[in-house]
Amino acid sequence: MSEHVVPVRVYLLVFAARIAGTLTTYFAATVDMEAMFKTSFPLNSLVALTIAVTKAVLVILFFMHVKYSTRMTKVVVVAGFFWLGIMLTITMSDYLFRALGSPIGVGGPK
Amino acid sequence: MSETVISPDSREEALHSGHHPDLQHHFDDMEQQKEASSLGMWVFLAQEIMFFGGLFLLYLIYRMNYYQVFSLASSSIDVKWGAINTVVLIGSSVTMAMAVHSAQLGHRKLLVLFLIGTIILGGTFLGIKAVEYKAKYDEQHIPGMDNFKFVPERDKETGKLPNGISAEAAEAYAHNTAFQRNARIFFSLYFVMTGTHALHMIVGIGILIPMVILAWKGRYDSSYYTPVENFGLYWHFVDIVWIFLFPLLYLINRTPHLG
Repeated sequence: MSEHVVPVRVYLLVFAARIAGTLTTYFAATVDMEAMFKTSFPLNSLVALTIAVTKAVLVILFFMHVKYSTRMTKVVVVAGFFWLGIMLTITMSDYLFRALGSPIGVGGPK
Repeated sequence: MSETVISPDSREEALHSGHHPDLQHHFDDMEQQKEASSLGMWVFLAQEIMFFGGLFLLYLIYRMNYYQVFSLASSSIDVKWGAINTVVLIGSSVTMAMAVHSAQLGHRKLLVLFLIGTIILGGTFLGIKAVEYKAKYDEQHIPGMDNFKFVPERDKETGKLPNGISAEAAEAYAHNTAFQRNARIFFSLYFVMTGTHALHMIVGIGILIPMVILAWKGRYDSSYYTPVENFGLYWHFVDIVWIFLFPLLYLINRTPHLG
């Protein structure tokens, strides 16, 4: 419930995790993982964004007390990110595949 | 219902009639009032998610289309200041969390102290941001200005050009209209995204200052601290935006050669 008092220890743990995450993101960015694993898949971006999402989830759950809040609040939080997902997915599916639908195979933004 | 208006007199009256002075007449109890307020704040934040989400979407599309230009332009941003600012902002997030914690426990002086700490760290962030913007101004990287010119520069330590491009190529980029236009797009996104983020922090500090005064006067205690808690939600949200801005703007091209 909203009356829940989060122990200071939890705040400090999240703080430590976020500092560690920031350092990891920085050093991961200085390593060319795509060349290392011989792939064209954007590994560096994937690693950076995975760490970023993890940090954001920690902030939302503990600093913003969503872990301890009512179901109604949780639904609103999830809905907010779900709608963001709709916007990103539908827009990107258009940008990525628009060229496929055109008769001469071109037409995507350049 | 006697507790319809909250004025100093009615606060006294309300206390005598057994109601909490901060309970508005249209709520049953403090718990319900607090939940309604928190829910409203989250709906506002859901709107903020979509607002910043639009900027991130724009960034994603342009980065896919102008991959090389974006990585070259990103290399010109000083990663040192970005990293320091990330730590400063994480710090301010913790002081804000501790401010809410102090309010929950009714520690008035600690609450004031942590709120002031949040203001100081937030101000430090904005100060560093100003230093970064000044550097971009000196490098002629302001997209709207006539003197805009982006030429990939050698790394200060290794002396290498980013992405393994040749000196001739770097010089050719300086006179390539399409390259310059696309570099403007990167820096436009850089300034709009970090600028909107900074604006949110300026608004935040503008709210924090009167909040410190009210907290000092004892306006908040363990039974009523909703404004502090809701402001905390706002501040943490702004912090989350930076979690994504830092890798996407500063760190996309820090490897020795093109990824």
